Amino acid sequence: MALFEATRLAKRFGDQVVLEDITLSFEEGQLSGIMGPNGAGKTTCFNVLTGRYAPDRGRVTFAGEDITGLAPRAIAKKGISRSFQIMNLFNDYTALDNVLIACPRVRAQGFNPWRDLGADSAAQDEAAAVLARVGLKGKASVPAKSLSYGERRALEIGVALAAQPRLLFLDEPTAGLGSEGTARLADLVRELKRVVTIVIIEHDMKFLFGLADHVSVIHWGQVIAGGTPAELKENDWVRRSNLGALA
Amino acid sequence: MQAKSGRAALIPVPLVITFLLLLTTPLWVSRVGLYQYLALEIMIWMLFALGYNLLLGYTGLPSFGHGAYFGIGAYAFGLLQLKVWPNLWFDLFGAVLVAAAFGAAVAAFISHRRGIYYALLTIAFGQVFWFVSIKWHSVTGGEDGLLNIKRLPADFGFFSIKLVSNEALFYFSLAIFTLAVLGLWRLIHSPLGRILSAIKQNETRAAFVGYNVWLYKWLAFTLSAAFAGLAGALFAMAQNSAYPNVMSLQNSGFVVMMVLIGGGLVSFWGALIGAAFFILARDLLGAYTETWLLWYGLIFMAMVLFKPEGIAGMWQAWKAKKPREALPPNVITIDPSDTLSAAEAKHGVV
Repeated sequence: MALFEATRLAKRFGDQVVLEDITLSFEEGQLSGIMGPNGAGKTTCFNVLTGRYAPDRGRVTFAGEDITGLAPRAIAKKGISRSFQIMNLFNDYTALDNVLIACPRVRAQGFNPWRDLGADSAAQDEAAAVLARVGLKGKASVPAKSLSYGERRALEIGVALAAQPRLLFLDEPTAGLGSEGTARLADLVRELKRVVTIVIIEHDMKFLFGLADHVSVIHWGQVIAGGTPAELKENDWVRRSNLGALA
Repeated sequence: MQAKSGRAALIPVPLVITFLLLLTTPLWVSRVGLYQYLALEIMIWMLFALGYNLLLGYTGLPSFGHGAYFGIGAYAFGLLQLKVWPNLWFDLFGAVLVAAAFGAAVAAFISHRRGIYYALLTIAFGQVFWFVSIKWHSVTGGEDGLLNIKRLPADFGFFSIKLVSNEALFYFSLAIFTLAVLGLWRLIHSPLGRILSAIKQNETRAAFVGYNVWLYKWLAFTLSAAFAGLAGALFAMAQNSAYPNVMSLQNSGFVVMMVLIGGGLVSFWGALIGAAFFILARDLLGAYTETWLLWYGLIFMAMVLFKPEGIAGMWQAWKAKKPREALPPNVITIDPSDTLSAAEAKHGVV
């Protein structure tokens, strides 16, 4: 059984059907990708998988447990974490504090009035380690809003990573990055892949095909193809859509 | 507000200064042309404003009906004293609990909202309580209010202290005030303070890293209502009465203005400065003109236009300007477009 399974998901907004019938599964230890043209329903799919929206129909299970329709915080506590395409950081906080607030040990102390995070060196070290991992070692005390775009992208992943997830969803992590930034991000993701199961939505096929073990193609709210990057390169739709040519 | 690293002081210096300044008022207050009761009133408003700032400054939730919980504290103190048991500790504690309970109930209805909807709901609830206080004659005394609320003696078992004089009540309130501020200071510097501030900055992300945003928002409102209730109870003693005016929209607006002018958005101590500034302005400007609120309103507008970080923000900017061994400036800037409270400050609450 796969770590994460979504079965026959459907979602619509008003009379617009965005997800028709989505069945996906992600194996533990793998890096899975989701691709598809603009407006295919990728981001909605992601939002349903991570609890931002409840699906109208279908079932989502994580490690054998039904998590359909749970609130984002409940899903987060089960060990699923996500980053955002449109960056969602704590802008006034330093890079370190952004990561710190996402650490499970801090979350567990939320209602303890005698704790002082400023003096909690274990938590600080933990957060510093996460920052180092995403390449922001020297930026710990810089407010998130003062970081460069690429650094904010990295911090976006850092905050998701700080929750020590078993499954990490990345929503278009290369959005807005230049080729150099994308290359650096690819190195980071390759590194992370060794320790955590990852699912990536991506436009950049070259990036995705270079990293993923398995890719699903979504179009018209359905999964129209799936397989390893090598298999997909032979796929008719991928070839015709010209996306494969990039890979 | 930016979180600082390093352990927060157990007893912060600004509190010591405030404490000493207040403690010595009986020695100098009449020499500068003021009077002891004024110091008492300032302290009560400081307490109210500090608790309110937990909600506005730290959690970024604008409540424009917070006078209601101040008033509920005052009425509860009076009613408990007149109808249940005239014991200072019981009545004081009871007033805090009742205000917190009302706050908790209202918070349960509004904590899924934010921004303008949140603000409107707080006004609506505030107006409901204000209206009830006017109309429910048999309990609240209607527009006259509850009269003959006594300054009960502080009974410590083996001895008891009379609080009838303004000085005695002042010292008693100062002790309560100091304890309350220490408690709030600790709370702000526990993980709770950081989480509230994180929620202010980005509610969505806070939920996705696993926080129960609703519960934290609910708690912030309830706690600030409890502080308002404590201030209200002391106010009922100071005034020997409780009356509908303290629950009015106008009074709710005053506490917002105090926090914003003082700089509650950038500093824990801003609320203290703002409360002192407001009450002093009221008395000093009020001595010259009946239309003092007009002038105060103009000051308020100038402030939010040119220095939305308030008096505390000016202080921080001034301190940052002083040359120090090439340290990065310590000033915390608020981008008016990205914090809701500053945006509201812009539009004014006069």
